[in-house]
Amino acid sequence: MATTTTEHSRLYTHGDLPRLMGLMTGDEKHGPAATSTLDALWVLYDRVLRVAPGRMDDPERDRFLLSKGHGPMAYYAVLAAKGFVPVEWLPDFGSYDSPLGHHPDRVLVPGVEIGSGSLGHGLPIAVGTALGMRAQGRTEPRVWVLVGDAELDEGSNHEAIAFAGPAGLDRLHTVVIDNSSASHARPDGIAARFRAAGWSAVTVDGRDHEALYAAFTAPHPGRPQVVVARVEPKSA
Amino acid sequence: MDTMRDRFAPVVSRLLDEDPRVAVVLAEIGVDGFADARLRHPDRVINVGIREQLLVGAGAGLALTGMRPVVHTFASFLVERPFEQVKLDLGHQDVGAVLVSAAASFDWPAGGFTHMSPGDVSLLDTLDGWTVHVPGHPDEAETLLRHAVAAGDDKVYVRLSVQSNAEALPVDGTRFHTVREGRSGVVVAVGPMLDAVLAATEGLDVTVLYATTVRPFDADALRAATRGAGTDVVLVEPYLAGTSTTAANDALADVPHRVLGLGVGRAELRRYGTLAEHLTAHGLDARTLRERIGGFVGVGGGRRVVARS
Repeated sequence: MATTTTEHSRLYTHGDLPRLMGLMTGDEKHGPAATSTLDALWVLYDRVLRVAPGRMDDPERDRFLLSKGHGPMAYYAVLAAKGFVPVEWLPDFGSYDSPLGHHPDRVLVPGVEIGSGSLGHGLPIAVGTALGMRAQGRTEPRVWVLVGDAELDEGSNHEAIAFAGPAGLDRLHTVVIDNSSASHARPDGIAARFRAAGWSAVTVDGRDHEALYAAFTAPHPGRPQVVVARVEPKSA
Repeated sequence: MDTMRDRFAPVVSRLLDEDPRVAVVLAEIGVDGFADARLRHPDRVINVGIREQLLVGAGAGLALTGMRPVVHTFASFLVERPFEQVKLDLGHQDVGAVLVSAAASFDWPAGGFTHMSPGDVSLLDTLDGWTVHVPGHPDEAETLLRHAVAAGDDKVYVRLSVQSNAEALPVDGTRFHTVREGRSGVVVAVGPMLDAVLAATEGLDVTVLYATTVRPFDADALRAATRGAGTDVVLVEPYLAGTSTTAANDALADVPHRVLGLGVGRAELRRYGTLAEHLTAHGLDARTLRERIGGFVGVGGGRRVVARS
């Protein structure tokens, strides 16, 4: 299984990601909040998603939609490590002339499938993307959307969750990064709500690459799949 | 006579047959009309249930995969309720869709204010790049629906209403149409307001332009009309009064001019009743329009003869 990749004849591994993030943040040490998505993103881009810098116009590619657009340094670091964006772009993060904003813009950043920032938009768009694939008879591409646990406060997600299960959108996958940041939550409430809507649901350690990989690749015939990736509490 | 909405499902069903890019997205409202089309195209006639944020978001997702979504419900639930989805999922994502609304400003007065959307066009005016069609007759609606779906990946809003003119006029999806020529003012009648405007301006020496595509606003047509009829301009719109006043002012920015914007008032009437009663309450009946148009063009230095003592 490949765990490294090349860009400009340079190999990048998971161990390089803190340094790449540091080009944006000015610090190679990052707290749990900044890296909450990092391991899930890495496992997806390194081992699961059938995407590549040269495939972004390929209608048969997988789609990864980052819905939780806040704190995108981990996302940009992974995109840089995988050759979608030049590493040289990272230090200008957030500047007027940089394509890399504090929320990603699909029009500006190669490899970014949706612009995000306002919470609760990615999952409904992912549902439409899966419907578009189905309507065109494309059975290969899988659709992934990453949301945060507090992002699920937004009611728009629940419109999408409640529809996707009964609609049998089995190409659709949601990754919930659960860092216990929702103010009003119940234990295991996230998976329960997806399950009630007919999704296949699994909860894993969001820092355990093998567990993430197993969850991301587990079969879920006839149903959409949610992977709840638990990481350190934001407030800890 | 059938209504514009009666034409919607048959026209779009034919477009589904003709163009594999077309998909219809509904939120329960209007589902029955697509029952046959859904049998032929089960994956391109999509009903998301009573979920209007998902309605627009799913339309955007379809567009991201290269499809041409036609998204439909009542105007208040299509533009107002999911406005951020219209702004971000379509505009910010840089994808297109055809939004087709029904119920307009007060098509169902007995339904009350929850089902009235006089502000839909004004809201879309806060966004960039929208084409807005306001047909005035079912035949025009059919033409403009086809035009909208065929408009590449543009963002297009088609505003259907039960309010209608008696006769259809040729519409091209772009330009205003000159219905009557005069010398003492220009009246722009939008969509279903045309018949009332023609009745109101009978015998007045004014030019009447008919607008069914209001965005982009046909500034060239307005400027051309003012050359013969002077620069007193009255806009008569079936949605919020003054919605196009800025566009008319911009069209005439380099000449002295006056603009009167007539349309639906902001104040909530808290009345039920009929369409005709609501038109009258908002001063959009022919008699009131005549008073207001006549009073406006009459004091602007036009050609009305004034007796002098």
